[in-house]
Amino acid sequence: MLSIELGHFALILAFALSLVQVGVSAYAWQRPNEGAFSFVRHAGVMQFVLVLLSFAALTFAFVTSDFSLKLAYEHSHSLQPTLYKFTSVWGNHEGSLLLWVLILTLFGAAVAVGGANLPKASHNLVLGTQGFLTFAFIGFTIFTSNPFERLPEMPLEGRDLNPILQDIGLAIHPPLLYLGYVGFSVCFSFAIAALISGKIDAAWARWVRPWTMLSWIFLTLGIAMGSYWAYYELGWGGWWFWDPVENASFMPWLTGTALLHSALVMEKRGALKIWTILLAIITFSLSLLGTFLVRSGILTSVHSFATDPSRGLVILGMLTFFICGAFILFAWRAPTLKAGGLFSPISREAALVFNNLFLATATIAVLVGTLYPLVLDAFTGIKISVGAPFFDLTFGALMVPLLLVVPFGPFLPWKRASIAQASKRLFGAIVLSLILAIIVAAYLWEGFTLTPLGILLGFWVIIGALADLVERSKLFKVSPSVSLRRLAGLPKNVWSTSFAHMGLGLTVLGVVFVTAFETETITTMQPGDQIEAHGYSVRFVNEQNVPGPNFTSETATFAVAPVGKRENLVASEKRNYPARQMPTTEAGITTFGLSQVYISIGDRVEDNGRVVRIWTKPWILLIWIGTVVMALAGTYSLTDRKYRIAAPNLVRKQALGATK
Amino acid sequence: MNRILMILILIVSFVPQAIAVQPDEVLDDPALEERARDISAGLRCLVCQNQSIDDSDADLARDLRIVVRERLVAGDSDEEVLDYVVDRYGEFVLLKPTFSGHNLVLWIAAPLVFVIGLVMVFSVSMRQRKLSTAAGMTPEEEQMLAALAESENDHADKDQASRKPTD
Repeated sequence: MLSIELGHFALILAFALSLVQVGVSAYAWQRPNEGAFSFVRHAGVMQFVLVLLSFAALTFAFVTSDFSLKLAYEHSHSLQPTLYKFTSVWGNHEGSLLLWVLILTLFGAAVAVGGANLPKASHNLVLGTQGFLTFAFIGFTIFTSNPFERLPEMPLEGRDLNPILQDIGLAIHPPLLYLGYVGFSVCFSFAIAALISGKIDAAWARWVRPWTMLSWIFLTLGIAMGSYWAYYELGWGGWWFWDPVENASFMPWLTGTALLHSALVMEKRGALKIWTILLAIITFSLSLLGTFLVRSGILTSVHSFATDPSRGLVILGMLTFFICGAFILFAWRAPTLKAGGLFSPISREAALVFNNLFLATATIAVLVGTLYPLVLDAFTGIKISVGAPFFDLTFGALMVPLLLVVPFGPFLPWKRASIAQASKRLFGAIVLSLILAIIVAAYLWEGFTLTPLGILLGFWVIIGALADLVERSKLFKVSPSVSLRRLAGLPKNVWSTSFAHMGLGLTVLGVVFVTAFETETITTMQPGDQIEAHGYSVRFVNEQNVPGPNFTSETATFAVAPVGKRENLVASEKRNYPARQMPTTEAGITTFGLSQVYISIGDRVEDNGRVVRIWTKPWILLIWIGTVVMALAGTYSLTDRKYRIAAPNLVRKQALGATK
Repeated sequence: MNRILMILILIVSFVPQAIAVQPDEVLDDPALEERARDISAGLRCLVCQNQSIDDSDADLARDLRIVVRERLVAGDSDEEVLDYVVDRYGEFVLLKPTFSGHNLVLWIAAPLVFVIGLVMVFSVSMRQRKLSTAAGMTPEEEQMLAALAESENDHADKDQASRKPTD
């Protein structure tokens, strides 16, 4: 169908338009005029429309199984359920790159439309930078990874999508992750614009923070979703592997979190300007690095579909250009920035600096652990492995002091504070979390380990976060109705800080629990057998062969129940996808409260039994519940009227008016 | 040797999966089995992507798991087992690199950055404090700040006021 050529054409048009946008933006910077500004804005929106058209054309070819398109032939199958035909669009290198570009232009258009309140000159520079990024990435797509290539003869059937990717997870995880990754491009563009124009003030931080928050929310959900997907799909019950690709998404999350906090200091107190700008650049650089690691094929994993060294070199070149360019600009312009507000070593600012120091160091630990084996191999040929034990140790050690300090942050006033006073106000939270941790640790005692410390940290962060709400509402000090009214009147940012920190605590608690108390039972079972697995009874009900749309499945059904309770039925599968001759395992997972029982089946053994692995995962759901709470808290803070479009100007005008 | 290993990796990684630790591998002595699991979790499956032999279902991982258990049953300490495996497969099998030689950079990088960061924070804050004692805020700046704080408060009050009717 002709729509493929139209899609290809639309992409080329967007490429050309982005170049023109950059040129006009540069011109408008030198000779500010309304016509040029308006063109730059409209070009931002048009690029998105064109890339959307192009993406729609590609999607149409996949959904209608048009195998004359090489990409559709290689990565989809006519028998796939429609959802997977749709997600197959980005289940490959070229398509996922187009998705990346689509989201980049989406943010470009959003800034063009949503930034109308910015000073025209700054807005123009932001859009120009964004256009330059678009130009580079569309160019990379067209010239090295063209998704619109046709086959001379149309094959009858496609080669199917990698079976591991045939899952609802592919519909959710990559778009969310890319929205997060690419969203930080806006912060990057703001930073570059600020460096070029030299105008960096509290208002800048106020403009950047909603974009940072938005990207951070998407990245949080994207990583969490990826983790849950890996957990249920890969079949051995792990939820975080410190895989280089996971690390690549985790690093921008860590620096993005740091950026949220430092931009807060900059917005409220005018301090940490240089550092905040640097963080904005670093965060998007790490997003680019992640894209490079995954897309270059330097790491082979389930994420890096096809590998082609020439692409790797091109993307490395782009990475070097943007990152080095940004840092050179930074080194040149940063010294001209004036330092902002002062604060004492004990203050909320100082606590946020502490937060940034630890998050930055943790990022370095992950970065070095991820890249060092590659670099060492490239320069010396020595091969080493850096895996979970390294990261658990280094990252874990850095998180302990950070988590200890988290609840203090909101209790410290700006500028000057006293630890003694904050501790006094947090005294109830300290005692309560100690008592809870002691009770839980004693109940589940397994000898002298670090577990009780972990449990304490989890409870401390949760209770400490809620203590802020209790303190501010004067709960237990005034009548309940008064404190309820006070609670309703609290600013949105107090609520969102409290809940974001509580979400963090929930995740910590889940991680500690499942790490310390998960159990594993490996055994051979016949249908009808029943065993006892660490507090759960597991009965093997039956097994049967079930045909799927594009696979065949051996399905084993189990009945699982906590001792003395009602049982849940759960199916665990081994599938075979004939198009790729590839087997997958579909774990059977059943939930009891916050805990899960996870069953994987293996091969039949001679005496007609089946190898069965049963994990119990106490409180594991807290890991993901915590991340969702964090994301919701972030979303709530975005509804703050302070961030509504006209707000920054309004506040400034009021301030100026008052001083006159 | 390396090339043979690579070829082996390519072949084995396409072998259909079974699940990791099999029932017949599990040792009778639970204490010994737990030590075996702990050691296995720190050894890389040579034919997999970033998987320990404890998690992997590859045949080579199974062989290595059995080797680990044989050494333990023979009475080796944990260190002796690790040395035995490293002797045969090289340092590449260790998921936690040793704290020595060319790995020092890996281990020291993060602590070093932390210390540098700490020193920078201190030096900047010292410098700023010196500056601030030299020149405090001008009266105009103080006024401006007060006005800003006030307008923020107004803002918050209005926020509450505008919410009331909907309650």
